[in-house]
Amino acid sequence: MTTYRLQVNGKPHAVNTDPDTPLLYVLRDDLALNGAKFGCGLGQCGSCTVIMDGKPVMSCLVPVSAVGARAVRTVEGLGSSDKPGVLQQAFIDEQAAQCGYCIAGMIMQATALLEKTPAPTDAQIRAHMSPNLCRCGTHMRILRAVRRAADRLAAGGKR
Amino acid sequence: MSADTGRRRFLAAGGALTLSFAMPAWSAPGELPKSLDKTPWLDAWIRIEADERITVFTGKAELGQGIKTALLQVVADELRIAPSRLTLVTADTARTPDEGMTAGSNSMKDSGAALRHAAGQVRMRLGELAAARLGVPAASLALKDGAFIAANGSRASFGQLVTGQELHLRATPQPAPPAPGPKTAIGHSLPRVDIPAKVAGGPAYVQDLRLPNMVHARVVRPPSQAATLTGLDAAAVMRLPGVLKVVRDGRFLAVIAEGEYRAVKAAAALARAARWDTPAALPVYPDVKALVMAQPAEPTTILARGARVQEGTHFKATYTRPFQLHASIGPSCAVAQLVEKRYTVWTHSQGVFPLRGALAELLAVKEEAIRCIHVEGSGCYGHNGADDVAADAALLARAFPGRPVRVQWMREDEHGWEPFGAAMVAQVAATLGPDGRIADWQYDVFTPPHNTRPGKAGNLLPATHLAKPFTPPVPTPSPQPEGSGDRNAIPYYRLPNARVTHHFQPKAVLRTSAMRGLGAYCNVFAIESFMDELARAARVDPVAFRLRHLEDPRAIDVVKLAAAKFGWDGYKRPSRRGRGFAFARYKNLASYCALAVEVEVARESGLVRVTRVSSAVDCGEIVNPDGVRNQIEGGIVQSASWTLLEQVRFDAARVLTVDWASYPILRFGQMPEQIDVHLIDRPGQPFLGTGEAAQGPAAAAVANAVFDACGLRMRDLPLDRARVRKA
Repeated sequence: MTTYRLQVNGKPHAVNTDPDTPLLYVLRDDLALNGAKFGCGLGQCGSCTVIMDGKPVMSCLVPVSAVGARAVRTVEGLGSSDKPGVLQQAFIDEQAAQCGYCIAGMIMQATALLEKTPAPTDAQIRAHMSPNLCRCGTHMRILRAVRRAADRLAAGGKR
Repeated sequence: MSADTGRRRFLAAGGALTLSFAMPAWSAPGELPKSLDKTPWLDAWIRIEADERITVFTGKAELGQGIKTALLQVVADELRIAPSRLTLVTADTARTPDEGMTAGSNSMKDSGAALRHAAGQVRMRLGELAAARLGVPAASLALKDGAFIAANGSRASFGQLVTGQELHLRATPQPAPPAPGPKTAIGHSLPRVDIPAKVAGGPAYVQDLRLPNMVHARVVRPPSQAATLTGLDAAAVMRLPGVLKVVRDGRFLAVIAEGEYRAVKAAAALARAARWDTPAALPVYPDVKALVMAQPAEPTTILARGARVQEGTHFKATYTRPFQLHASIGPSCAVAQLVEKRYTVWTHSQGVFPLRGALAELLAVKEEAIRCIHVEGSGCYGHNGADDVAADAALLARAFPGRPVRVQWMREDEHGWEPFGAAMVAQVAATLGPDGRIADWQYDVFTPPHNTRPGKAGNLLPATHLAKPFTPPVPTPSPQPEGSGDRNAIPYYRLPNARVTHHFQPKAVLRTSAMRGLGAYCNVFAIESFMDELARAARVDPVAFRLRHLEDPRAIDVVKLAAAKFGWDGYKRPSRRGRGFAFARYKNLASYCALAVEVEVARESGLVRVTRVSSAVDCGEIVNPDGVRNQIEGGIVQSASWTLLEQVRFDAARVLTVDWASYPILRFGQMPEQIDVHLIDRPGQPFLGTGEAAQGPAAAAVANAVFDACGLRMRDLPLDRARVRKA
């Protein structure tokens, strides 16, 4: 076991774990963050998506020893169910979930897009979201939620 | 019986209230809703505390379909109270009524009807108590925000009225009269109560349970169902950091560890330490049709109407569906704990009571020694790995008593070992009469089981791997009218001469069970594809051809609405595109769903893309319109994915489609430009349920649109690129 110092949602954390433990397991089991989900462990579905230094990454593929000083953000960092962030609110407004298991990953994937491309076209949203799988068929609502959040931000809403 | 007499009679019964209150002889003829008949005590469904807390109990489970929200709306309107004032407890063998499985689009029909009936009688009972307390006639009382109010302004709140066993009453068949004042919840798109937590990382799933002192386990499955474990050297695994126990019972192999990823690594090491004999036990056939038709079948005639008619033009066709996956995004998970000979199992099973029975048999304990609590899992589209992983967890809790044991399947477990949707063959022959109507119809569906749920320990995957294995019980088909493999095998059209035969195959090549819609997916695909073929043969517009054969005005309404919203008449076919139509009434007794679909076909690449969909649905009285839309939209997208891409592959030894690369599903880039869902509300009509209504029509509408676009009649699912290119 090794001690790793991580920056997660703006706060420092020290975790004692094996170097090969994927960041996903550290977030869920050591930091008790539920947002990132285990879906495949293979980087194929996106339900574990978090943001590292501004880029969306599949946390099931990143060993904790490779994180280093890079800032990690999860869906918990965007807001809470009482005070949701703009994207979270957009997903609530569009009722863009069925089972919702993929949704935290979707929101993080979308966050990465809107930070880099504040006014995306619909085609850009679709292309950007394509790594993330949804099995309930909520895609059309998810696309609408991302569009809604982008429009809200363009109108001066706070991220 | 008038409302007034009903109320007086109810009061008379209430006056004689005791704990052993018997069904009064005067109760009106009629039946209680099924679930309420099984659990008739009102306080089994609704409890009110002195501090005004109101708790509602349902035996159904939230599967991501929004049932929690819809049930709260039903009760809220009966009690004329805001839904936010209610707390809902879902399926739990220690707390809620037993409502069997949350399946078959039955939750609103079962629990919605039971709760509406029970809540109405609770309101009446409270009204009588309030009348007595305030000294005014019940009929003079207003009801607002959880209190009855007399004309003079005096009030009695629910919490004041229920001080003891006042609601421990048997429900009676006569429904309560409508509550005074307008409904405020039913018919409105109340936002789902579970979504805020799900968008913010709140604990929402069984996968998120983090119990004190919890340990983690992983199961090492055999390479195939026929494989035998010939050797195991677990000594090295035992020495790995964090490992607490290696469990072997026959070919059930698992490891328990401190720390989840240590369990994952130890399971990988255990898999390397095991030697298996994997025989080439699976039959390999050139295609689905050959595979299905080679299996022994028990034919049952489910429709024999009229006589054989020969006069006219004859047509026939065969349609097939491969084995397909539920493939939830989150692999199945359960937590189990054995403390002082009592098991607690946290599970996303669709049926906590049937699961408890199967676990009791597996563990050789009484049912009372097991409590199964439903906690949401990743999306549930039928009998997936939920029950099996609960059995894994229970077996491992037995092997490692005291601490909670959490088991989650890995992706290859979920893809490889969940019970599959059944491969099917549908053969249809019809005669088109000189009048352009179907004069004769003959339909034969060949299918392995669509229901191998627990029930019995033998239905639980790990139970079949133990040293003393449990044998799966011989499956039986469900009877019509709901049916299972023959669900929707009888067309909902006016056919004076028709025979339909269900060729049930008790033994499946691969384990199969219920998947969203059961046989309806393939049967509606076959029937509605063939209707399209016949319409074209008759040179009649496919929508007009359907209307020509429909009698039920509600069916006609959805067909016309979907066509109108799509712009069916006057459609101008863009290059490479085409349109298709389909209709079904789910189970021939539940929701009506019609769809018009446009697709784009690229012959050179074989790529089929759905570009837009207009659908129309009648599910009886609508409780939550947006909830219905969400279910139908999701059903259309999921069915499009099954229809365009999905197929389990296997060789003689094992299943080969064990991840998202080998079993792809639709992604964002392949989504339509638009999906509309148009609803027809039928206030006062029974709830019909919506979860599965779109699966069959979506498949057929897509296939019919492919034909319209490029002249290719695709009768074998999926309509994947290889097939389109080759055709």
